[in-house]
Amino acid sequence: MNIATILDMAAEAFGERTALVAGTSRYCYADLRAHALRAARMFKASGAGYVALLDVNSPAGPAALFGAAYAGIPYVPINYRLTRTEINELLGRVAPAIVVVGPGQRPQIDERADLTIVDRDDVLALADTDGEPPVPPEDGRAIAVQLFTSGTTGKPKAAILRHENLMSYIVGTVEFASADTDDAIIVAVPPYHIAGISAVLSSTYACRRMVQLERFDPELWIETVRRERVTHAFLVPTMLQRIVEQLEAGASSIDLPTLRAIAYGGGKMPLVTIEKAMRLLPHVDFTNAYGLTETSSTIAVLTPEDHRTAFASHDPAIRRRLGSVGKPAAVEIQIRDEAGKVLGPEQAGLVFVRGPQVSGEYLALGSQLDADGWFPTKDRGYMDADGYLYLDGRADDVIVRGGENISPGEIEDVLLSHPAVADAVCVAMPDVEWGEAVAAAVVLKPGAQVSVAELQELVRSKLRSSRVPQRIVFKDALPYNETGKLLRRVIRQEFA
Amino acid sequence: MPMPLKAGARLKSAVSETQVMVVKAPPGEHDLRCGGVEMIAATAPPPAGVALDPAYAGETLIGKRYVNADESLELLCTKGGQGVLSFNGTLLEIKQAKQLPSSD
Repeated sequence: MNIATILDMAAEAFGERTALVAGTSRYCYADLRAHALRAARMFKASGAGYVALLDVNSPAGPAALFGAAYAGIPYVPINYRLTRTEINELLGRVAPAIVVVGPGQRPQIDERADLTIVDRDDVLALADTDGEPPVPPEDGRAIAVQLFTSGTTGKPKAAILRHENLMSYIVGTVEFASADTDDAIIVAVPPYHIAGISAVLSSTYACRRMVQLERFDPELWIETVRRERVTHAFLVPTMLQRIVEQLEAGASSIDLPTLRAIAYGGGKMPLVTIEKAMRLLPHVDFTNAYGLTETSSTIAVLTPEDHRTAFASHDPAIRRRLGSVGKPAAVEIQIRDEAGKVLGPEQAGLVFVRGPQVSGEYLALGSQLDADGWFPTKDRGYMDADGYLYLDGRADDVIVRGGENISPGEIEDVLLSHPAVADAVCVAMPDVEWGEAVAAAVVLKPGAQVSVAELQELVRSKLRSSRVPQRIVFKDALPYNETGKLLRRVIRQEFA
Repeated sequence: MPMPLKAGARLKSAVSETQVMVVKAPPGEHDLRCGGVEMIAATAPPPAGVALDPAYAGETLIGKRYVNADESLELLCTKGGQGVLSFNGTLLEIKQAKQLPSSD
């Protein structure tokens, strides 16, 4: 089992169909396969233990991903936005490696003997050579992709995804060649994110045209959707938020007639954003896709029909589903308490997931699966009686005040409901009396004003006194990483 | 001759272009055929003197998953071709994909 099969099948069935569009360059599936095979020869000849990528989105990414698979070498895309020190530290962890590098990223790499650095344009310009193409190894247990976690809580961990995990995910959730001839997906998530990997694999298996954006920019995204007649998109919540702002401000026309579907995930979607987006783009199908790096991407989906039903409903139990991540996809999901007991509907606890796409494994740390194959996502949440999953933040973010577990999410939702509040985060701060207490950082809307006492009273009236933030500070902005993950540890440090 | 089937293994028909990948398989040795003739490793040379059994004519389709009754065997057709798939004497059926909206 090897993910190279995905590209073989697409090239076999729809070789002439456009696979990739990047600026003015276009590659059909047969071209992409030819490039990947040439890259594979080069990777194999280098003797590297890893194929690394340090680049924005470009055709070299898919060529390196599949090329590494044909060569039987793990592929490790690296976050080009990290500091120079961090980048070189990660490269040191994968050496000896061959590093495919974009023109803007080359100066970031410190030369060392066990790194072979190649420009992405040289990879794409490789000539065909004689001889049999490399035969992809069949061992499904081999590592296909290694992704360094964002390290929001500490040193980046090396999550590993085996060929069998990724193949199970693709075969289990995508129908082969299901894309229509005119379908196109715009890929704006960076190549080192699991959503960037799964976008390439899913689109290739569906034989769907991929339109790459080097980097996300809301105006460019809208322009590209219109120019390339894009039908599908995947966005992290911050990206959708910025597109909504752009459309609302009238800076871009909302005339996007070809766009049919937007899937989103990778972080918590604010209710106001998805509601605005549904109002602005009523013809678009929205799908919430909840997934993790360690689960080869999506494990639960809130379907377009779920979105529309919830949006139109006055029944609070249905309406609140707009804030749910939907039902399990090709996996099983359980909610357990701290002691491991499986909980019933509406009971909040820890989210566990099981299925062949779940790797749940880190290099050096090994498998995190329990004896029955369940992976602790470390997300907190609960399910309703109909099986819809609601997330409630990360287990590590829980505030333990006098032995009581307090989820920051519920307090943040109340703060965000105030008309003056644009953004809010709650974290634990050390407290002599309670061990931990609730602290909040709040961003106000331009020109808006509200007092600390008023916000405290709002929380007291909606929740209970133990939830009232003991300290509230006002800030110009909250710290997010480039894929829209809120860096809670930064806020926590400020209150420490 | 019955053979063990390993998840991930790629097999091809001895009488047509058909290729499959084993997604999962029950333990033990099994008789897997395409077009009525035993399938062979994807890299093996095609044997001489074999022909498609007309009783197993028909087509195997690229991208379709084929399963036995209890779904203990699942194959993914990676290259379409002539001949239908049979497992220990029983024809395999197409597995209906779980229809999900495009999520990435």
